[in-house]
Amino acid sequence: MTVLELTSNRHNPGIDPLLNAWGWEIAVYLFLGGLVAGSLILGGYRVLKSPRRQAGESYPWGPLLGVLLLSLGMGALFLDLGHKLSVGRLYLTFQPTSPMSWGAWILLLVYPAMLAAALLYPPERVPFGNAPLARVRAWSEWVHARPRLVQGIGIANLAGGAALGLYTGVLLGTLGARPLWNSAILGPLFLISGMSTAAAVLHLLSMVGANAKQDSFGDLLLSGLVRLLNKDTGKSSMVRYDQSFMTIELALIGLWMIGLLTSTTAHRAAAALLLSGAWAPQFWSLVVLTGLVAPLVLQHFEFIGRIRHTVIPPLLVLFGGFFLRFIVVGAGQGSHW
Amino acid sequence: MARFAMVIDTALCVGCSDCVVACKTENDVPEGFCRDWIEEEVRGTFPTVQLTIHSSRCNHCSSPPCVSCCPTGASHVHEGGVVLVDHGKCIGCKACIEACPYDARFSHPDGYADKCTFCIHRVEKGLLPACVAVCPTHCMHFGDLDDPESEVTQLVRSRPYHVLTPEAGTQPNVFYLTRGR
Amino acid sequence: MNRRQFLGIGAGALAAAGLTSILGGERARAATLAKSGLRTIPTFCDLCFWKCGAVATLRDGKLWKIEGNPLDPLSRGRLCPRGTGGVGATFDPDRLRRPLLRARVRGEEKWNAVSWDDALGYLALKLEAIKAAHGPESMAMFSHGLGGNFLKHTLKAYGTTNIAAPSFAQCRGPRDVGFRLTFGDDPGSPERTDIANARCLVLIGSHLGENMHNTQVQEFAQAVGSGATIIVVDPRFSVAASKAKHYLPIRPGTDTALLLAWMNVLVTEKLYDAEYVGKYGYGFEPFAASLAEFTPEWAYPETCIAPEIIRETAREMARHRPATLVHPGRHSNWYGHDTQRSRAVALLNALLGSWGRRGGFYVPAQMDLPGYPYPPYPKSTKAKVDNPDQRHPFAYEALTTGIREATITGKPYPIKGWMVYATNLVRALPDERLTLAAIQELDLLAVVDVIPSETAGWADIVLPESTYLERYDDLNVELFREPFIGLRQPVVESPDDQKPNWWIARELALKLGLARYYPWKDIEEYLSTRLEKRGYHLADLKRDGIVLGKKQPIYFEDGAPAEFATPSKKIEFWSSQLQQHADAHPGVKGFDPVPRYEPPEPCPSGAYRLLFGRAPVHSFGRTQTNPILHDVMPENELWLNAGEASRLGLRSGDRVKLRNQEGIESLPILLKATERIRADCVFMVHGFGHTAKGLTRAFHKGASDVQLLTRIKVDPLMGGTGLNDNFVSVVPV
Ligand SMILES: Nc1nc2c(c(=O)[nH]1)N[C@H]1C(S)=C(S)[C@@H](COP(=O)(O)OP(=O)(O)OC[C@H]3O[C@@H](n4cnc5c(=O)[nH]c(N)nc54)[C@H](O)[C@@H]3O)O[C@H]1N2
Ligand SMILES: Nc1nc2c(c(=O)[nH]1)N[C@H]1C(S)=C(S)[C@@H](COP(=O)(O)OP(=O)(O)OC[C@H]3O[C@@H](n4cnc5c(=O)[nH]c(N)nc54)[C@H](O)[C@@H]3O)O[C@H]1N2
Ligand code: SF4
Ligand code: SF4
Ligand code: SF4
Ligand code: SF4
Ligand code: SF4
Ligand SMILES: [Mo]
Repeated sequence: MTVLELTSNRHNPGIDPLLNAWGWEIAVYLFLGGLVAGSLILGGYRVLKSPRRQAGESYPWGPLLGVLLLSLGMGALFLDLGHKLSVGRLYLTFQPTSPMSWGAWILLLVYPAMLAAALLYPPERVPFGNAPLARVRAWSEWVHARPRLVQGIGIANLAGGAALGLYTGVLLGTLGARPLWNSAILGPLFLISGMSTAAAVLHLLSMVGANAKQDSFGDLLLSGLVRLLNKDTGKSSMVRYDQSFMTIELALIGLWMIGLLTSTTAHRAAAALLLSGAWAPQFWSLVVLTGLVAPLVLQHFEFIGRIRHTVIPPLLVLFGGFFLRFIVVGAGQGSHW
Repeated sequence: MARFAMVIDTALCVGCSDCVVACKTENDVPEGFCRDWIEEEVRGTFPTVQLTIHSSRCNHCSSPPCVSCCPTGASHVHEGGVVLVDHGKCIGCKACIEACPYDARFSHPDGYADKCTFCIHRVEKGLLPACVAVCPTHCMHFGDLDDPESEVTQLVRSRPYHVLTPEAGTQPNVFYLTRGR
Repeated sequence: MNRRQFLGIGAGALAAAGLTSILGGERARAATLAKSGLRTIPTFCDLCFWKCGAVATLRDGKLWKIEGNPLDPLSRGRLCPRGTGGVGATFDPDRLRRPLLRARVRGEEKWNAVSWDDALGYLALKLEAIKAAHGPESMAMFSHGLGGNFLKHTLKAYGTTNIAAPSFAQCRGPRDVGFRLTFGDDPGSPERTDIANARCLVLIGSHLGENMHNTQVQEFAQAVGSGATIIVVDPRFSVAASKAKHYLPIRPGTDTALLLAWMNVLVTEKLYDAEYVGKYGYGFEPFAASLAEFTPEWAYPETCIAPEIIRETAREMARHRPATLVHPGRHSNWYGHDTQRSRAVALLNALLGSWGRRGGFYVPAQMDLPGYPYPPYPKSTKAKVDNPDQRHPFAYEALTTGIREATITGKPYPIKGWMVYATNLVRALPDERLTLAAIQELDLLAVVDVIPSETAGWADIVLPESTYLERYDDLNVELFREPFIGLRQPVVESPDDQKPNWWIARELALKLGLARYYPWKDIEEYLSTRLEKRGYHLADLKRDGIVLGKKQPIYFEDGAPAEFATPSKKIEFWSSQLQQHADAHPGVKGFDPVPRYEPPEPCPSGAYRLLFGRAPVHSFGRTQTNPILHDVMPENELWLNAGEASRLGLRSGDRVKLRNQEGIESLPILLKATERIRADCVFMVHGFGHTAKGLTRAFHKGASDVQLLTRIKVDPLMGGTGLNDNFVSVVPV
């Protein structure tokens, strides 16, 4: 006999009637964390490939933007903490079984990696006070004089980015109580999505930079990486990167769903939440269509020259990247055994 | 080590929520929250109906995901297998809330994660947990499963039982007796 | 640390320590508590009329919790959820705090706070005025529960004779009259039901487990646990039904048909206790003959219970007799001919030989503790107003609804004042409109309550009482398995200007010049005087909360006296009293000397019969503002059969309104679409849907049944108000 009526008189806020302990703050954190992780990976790659600054390039603003965005993400995470005064407790211990503990330490390691990467590419001038710049340039030279160190910085950025990107997914994946999250694919999915959003940001910056006058602050913001990639692969490289990240992302989402659908009843019900259930409208419209299919199609036509190259596709990618996190967090809490 | 467990005879439970009320007063559970609660399942079609009533709370799982996910060590396994939260260490990240398949935890208005403690403060004084001590139907039993003489051991030895959502793999220590009629 | 050290005591004894809290253990516990800033004070509960012995614990001088007193045979150390949550009453922010005088219009709920002196002075003036103009009988009093004893004393001294409680005409009156007509005694309160030892327990509507009368629920669980056969008759699949071997989903209002058919089977199959009937019975032959027509086949179309089920359950009852208890119920005002139904219940028990027997109805014992020796009350020349010409000849208590009617009509003489103690009349009496109409006729409505109830909202003067945890009350000299005396004593002080009933009653008496009725100065003196007369000491009661008397035999087989206070001194299968009445008033219906079946009003199509009952965490309408209990159940739900709900396009969680046969609409209520109820009726928990503005926490939460109960069938025998003949349609909002 199937259960016909189930009632409970539990009434805990944030838990009942539907679990909602994690809200937008966590989604924002996961999104920004993923984005920064992506940019770390791309940045690390750049350091290994080309440790020196190219002419006219203002690379340091990329990693520094990463520092800013990651701090915003951690701010959101902090907002979510119930017991803010105790936050230091995270760093008085290391809990090997807790991805959150791993995450806390990864976050701590990622900051120096990003700052070191920035140090490798000091700008020629800054729009404000040039005095301290000289000292920064001296430090930069000191580092550049040690190639092993430069290589280390590159690897640290690559590894830190991978760890950061993977952990956001693994964190959810280990919470076995929520069948929707119960998948090893969530790590790679969030990693790839992070890279795709990072590429989208760079893409956007490159377009802003391309449209701006030389020497303007917009140009300063322009990532050296964009230049590098442009030089390596030609005009439409960003579009190509975007396309491949998004294709992989679509494939991973497909695999994730297939994994759930071939598992227990609870997992099937969890997948159904996204595919046909309460979260399906948002999932299909915001994540799949707007965030992945639309930019893929648009960029394809941009690429073959049928339409004009606009900021719309990368904006859609960012939009989709955020809602992927938002919906995974929300729907995951709605899935249960 | 002791292994504390609760054994609940659902055939006797009338769903009166006395256990819920007693927990609220004993543990100063803030208004609007509860550490234990009553679940009712109705199967069948009138008048051939089956009603099952459970008093639920943290299962003090032997394999507690709420402990393994905790980044600060605030959630821990106390003596006797009792899963507790050290309020001072807890940062209120709610990972443990997400990790519990029974939704047994909640965010205390003071910020930390809270849940049933098996009334360890009473148990350590030789008293029964408040909910067990109040139950007017005497359908709840509490004791040490490592003690072969204890009432709970005798009960799970002699009677069929089940745990809630065993498929979640947490190895709960709240056992529900099933009575064949 | 090893396990045993950790536990402090042997692990095996751990459970036992809590389960069978022994005397010594309790004392030792109190000693350890004192060391930890904890203090325990015994008292007894007042969340309902069961009066369980309790122990309150204070932590650093502040009230923390309340638990059962292990010495008390009623609670056996465990309170029901309402009792456990009772501490919430003391910190309920909605409490009344100061005496209040109505500012302008009645019912506007606008007040001026006044001093006790002014309040009682005003009250005394009003009472004197009523006495001068109409006589003291024109001042009526409504009082529910033990707390009203002193105020009743004051008003009796003043001269009133019209004092009533809803516990008769709205609660257990029909049952008690039905049993008295049969056995010469009633089941009492606490009921003398030996549920723990019953081998077969028949519950007809008695929804134990939802109805939380503590000892009964504990014993019910004992019976279930020991494998007793449970038979539940209820149109709703109650919690008790879920424990039953036989659940009989009866068509509402047809229980008498089932009872007659059961008795028909017992008699025709000669399964009854012939020896018992022969020894104690009177008029069995004509009774047995009268059953002939009431076959299970006859009952089937009435009750919807198949004949073979009726036979099977009757045989099951017979198999376990005399340890078969057909529970007498309590709230028995259902259909307006309830005394006869209750008589049928009594007779079924008589056939099974369960009255006075182990596993049936025991013979209760009471301590011999006389009342306080007061001077006699003034004699009245006027008959009581509630039951003119004894039109309900078997009403042995005053009828609330009779006083209400007299207040409206002014006949047989006017009622000009109501003193209301601990009863929310507007919500306890059916048809709110009539209660409000009666209030319009009053010169004085005085209400003593702890929260601003609906009735208080209409009052001219509201007196705030201390809660039961803040006061002494009269002694509880209980009739039970073993005799005992219970003490209620203050555990904490009242937070504001609330006063205990004994103080209010005494001060009012002094203001009325009735000092000679209060020879004692304070309550401790009163209690001591009563106790010392029989050699008991207040100090002992203050320490233990209870003194137990000597156990006495409680079953006939053990030597309890088999006495029946009926005219024949026997169990009256044929009621000589009813026969007498029928002879004296030929043509008056309903007084048959043996029960007959009267079918209920048919249910109009498209409508549902409105049924109601209890929820375990609430007492009537008095606990909805209690912060702890409100938390567990903030509102009630409308139970509607799942099939009917889907036919109406409604789902659980929808809000609906109820419209009764007169078009009166309820407040919105959550729908519970469920397989746990018949398709021809709906059910809700009584006590919700408050409309008093001061009950902020409970205001407009859920719906009230009372407003919808506008068709009242009055029991001709005793004037009880049958409330289950109202029909509602379900309207989505
Ligand atoms: N429609 C409908 N009507 C019913 C019933 C039903 O189920 N449905 N049930 C009937 C039955 S069985 C009964 S017994 C009656 C019960 O009827 P009542 O006894 O009138 O029940 P309540 O409505 O709870 O009203 C009790 C009042 O006493 C107040 N009170 C509580 N504690 C104290 C105290 O310590 N001191 C003072 N001074 N006041 C206090 C409460 O605040 C409340 O206003 O109702 C009957 N009427
Ligand atoms: N928690 C809690 N417990 C209480 C109280 C309380 O307020 N709260 N009040 C106490 C008091 S004073 C009283 S009087 C009792 C009342 O409690 P009881 O005497 O046990 O029950 P009733 O209120 O008469 O009846 C309610 C039950 O009868 C069923 N019923 C309705 N109509 C019919 C019918 O035609 N035939 C049959 N067979 N069943 C029917 C309903 O579905 C419901 O299950 O509860 C006492 N216990
Ligand atoms: S107190 Fe006992 S009977 Fe009541 S709900 Fe809890 S477990 Fe069930
Ligand atoms: S029930 Fe939940 S909170 Fe309790 S131990 Fe198990 S996982 Fe942890
Ligand atoms: S909320 Fe507290 S107890 Fe729970 S995981 Fe976070 S730090 Fe640990
Ligand atoms: S064991 Fe204690 S904390 Fe846990 S539910 Fe029972 S009363 Fe509450
Ligand atoms: S039955 Fe419950 S509410 Fe009534 S007196 Fe006992 S503990 Fe109090
Ligand atoms: Mo009652």
